[in-house]
Amino acid sequence: MDNNKSWIDQRFPLTKVWNEHLAEYYTPRNFNFWYFFGSLAMLVLVMQIVTGIFLTMHFKPDAANAFASVEYIMRDVDWGWLIRYLHSTGASAFFIVIYLHMYRGLLYGSYKAPRELIWILGMVLYIALMAEAFMGYVLPWGQMSYWGAQVIISLFGSVPFIGPDLLIWILGDYAVGDPALNRFFSLHVIALPLILVVLVFLHIVALHTVGSNNPDGVEIKKNKDKDGIPKDGIPFHPYYSVKDIVGVVVFLMIFSSVVFFAPAMNGYFLESANFVVANPLKTPDHIAPLWYLTPFYSVLRAIPPMFGSQFPGVVGMFAALLILLALPWIDRSKVKSIRYRSWPYKVALGVFVISFIVLGWLGMQPVTPLNALLARVFTVAYFGFFILMPWFTSIGKTKEVPTRVTE
Amino acid sequence: MKKLLKTTLPVLAGLILSLNTLASPAGGTLDRANTDINNQNSLQNGAKLFMNYCSGCHSISFMRYNRIGKDLNISDADVEKYLMFNGEKTGDKVTSSMPDAGAVKWFGTTPPDLSLISRSKGTDWIYTYLRGFYIDESRPFGVNNKILVNVSMPDVLWEARQNKSTEDFDQDVRDITNFLDYVGEPAKLVRVDLGYKVLGFLFVLFILSYLLKKEYWKDVKYGKWRAKD
Repeated sequence: MDNNKSWIDQRFPLTKVWNEHLAEYYTPRNFNFWYFFGSLAMLVLVMQIVTGIFLTMHFKPDAANAFASVEYIMRDVDWGWLIRYLHSTGASAFFIVIYLHMYRGLLYGSYKAPRELIWILGMVLYIALMAEAFMGYVLPWGQMSYWGAQVIISLFGSVPFIGPDLLIWILGDYAVGDPALNRFFSLHVIALPLILVVLVFLHIVALHTVGSNNPDGVEIKKNKDKDGIPKDGIPFHPYYSVKDIVGVVVFLMIFSSVVFFAPAMNGYFLESANFVVANPLKTPDHIAPLWYLTPFYSVLRAIPPMFGSQFPGVVGMFAALLILLALPWIDRSKVKSIRYRSWPYKVALGVFVISFIVLGWLGMQPVTPLNALLARVFTVAYFGFFILMPWFTSIGKTKEVPTRVTE
Repeated sequence: MKKLLKTTLPVLAGLILSLNTLASPAGGTLDRANTDINNQNSLQNGAKLFMNYCSGCHSISFMRYNRIGKDLNISDADVEKYLMFNGEKTGDKVTSSMPDAGAVKWFGTTPPDLSLISRSKGTDWIYTYLRGFYIDESRPFGVNNKILVNVSMPDVLWEARQNKSTEDFDQDVRDITNFLDYVGEPAKLVRVDLGYKVLGFLFVLFILSYLLKKEYWKDVKYGKWRAKD
C-alpha cells in the first residue's frame, strides 16, 4: 500500500492534496447548523449530474417528442420515475440549500475581506445555477415550460435597438420552438454543468486559500501554536467529514420525504399546468416561474414600463441579482458576525429577508392592484438594504469581538 | 440553541407570514374525491367503467393495456376480455378509435387525452366534474356542467345516474377518478411503500452516523485531538 502511494506521489501530488485540503486543512472548531449547507450543495450537484446522465439517456430534445419522452421515463423506463423525481426535487433542493448557504454568509459576514473572491465566485455560481434551472425547466415541454420560456426570453427583446434581433438569435426562430428546445438542452446538459463544476472548484480553491470564516467571525489563523497550527482549528478530516455525514443523512431524510410522499410538492416543485403538453395557441391564465426565480420575477413586474418599454423592469431584475456582488465593499462594519454587530444591521437583515420571501410569494400570484403595490414596496425595501448598507453598517455600537472562538 | 433561534427568527417570521397567505388554494368549490389508490377493487372497477364509458372518445395514450393488467392484478386474458374492444394487442397503448376529423364534426372539438388529467386538474376536479352535469336544453346534448361551463361532452354517465342510488353512483365516479389518478402516475402504487423503507434505512444510518460523529468529537471536546499525533 505504502509502496503504491509513493509510486503515485512521485508522479502526482496525491498525499499533498489530501493533506492540504482534508487531513491538514484546519477548520474553525465552532461551526454550527448553518455550516452544513456548503457540503450539501456539493451533494446535490453530484446527484443532479448523476440523475441527469440517466435522464439524458431516455429524453428526446425534440418539440414533437419531448413531453411524451418524459412520460415514457415516468412509466416505461425501469426506476425512471425515481430518477426523474430525484432530479426535479433536486432542482428545488439545490436552491433551498443555496439560499440557506448564502444567508449564512449574510449572518456571519463571510463575504468580508479577505473572502471577497469566494463571495464573487459564489454569486456567479448562483447566477449560472439559475440559468441551468431555467433551461432545465423548459425541457419537459409542458405548458409552463413553454410559456415560462416565452415570457423570460422575450425580456431580451426589450433591449433597446438590438432587442428584436437578439431575440431571434437566442431562439433560432421567431418564437420558442424546436430550435430553442434543442439549444436549451445542449446548454443544460453540457455548457452550464461544465461551468458549474469549474466554478465550484474555484470557489473551494479560494476558500481553502484563506480558510473558513466562523460564527464568531474570528480569524483563527491569527492565533497559531508553535507548530503553526491555528489553536482554534481542527483538521477537516476526520472531524468535519464525520459531522457532514450526519448532515447529509438528515438532509436525505427530508429530501426523500418529498421524493416519495409529495414529489409535486403541491405544485411548488412540479407545477400542475406543466402536465399539459406545450400549446403555442393556448396561453395559460396564469404564468408563474418556479418558486426559486419568483423574487426576481416580482421585481421585474414591480417596475412599470417607461417610455413604452419594458426594459427598465428587465434592468431592475438583473440589478436585483447583480447588486449582491457589491456586498463586500458596501458593508463598512468592523465586525463580521451578527453576534457582535450593531442593532441597525440586525433590523436591516430582518427586513431584507422578509422582503425577499414576500417578493418570492408575490411572484407566484396573479397581479392585483394590492399585489402590485406590495411588490413595489418590497422592491424598494430590497434595494434599500444595499443602498443604505454603507450607512447602517457604520452606525450603532458593535460588541467587542473575542480573540478566540467561543463554544 | 438561543443563538440558533436568534439567527433563524427572521427566516421563520418571513416563512410564517408567507405560508399564511399560501394556505388558501384556488377553486374552493370542489367536492372531495376521497379516492384510495391502494383499493384494488376500486381501481379495477374504475378501469372497467373507464373502458366502457370513456375510452370510446378519450385516449390514455401514455398507458399500455398490459401495464394496467399487471398493476391492477388483472390477467392478460381478462384484460382482453373486459378492457379491450377493438382488437388491439395487450402491449398497445390505450388510444381511442375515434378519428379527429369526426370528433370535430360530431362534438365541435377533439376529446383531450386523459393520461395526465389527474395531475393537471387534480382528483377532486375530476370527481366534481363527472358529478356536475345538469339539464340545460340550450346545449347541443341537453346538458351543461357546473364547473366546466358549456363543455362539449355529453353526460355519458346519465343512465347510471338514473338507475343507481346516489351512493352507488358516487362510488362509481370515485372509482373512475381513482383509476385516472393511477393512470396519471402508475408509480404512485409503489413509491409511498418504498418511501417508508428508504426512511427506515436512513433512520438507522442517522443513528450510526451520529454515534460516529460523537465518538470523534470527544477529542475536540477535551482539546485532545492533537495528542494522537
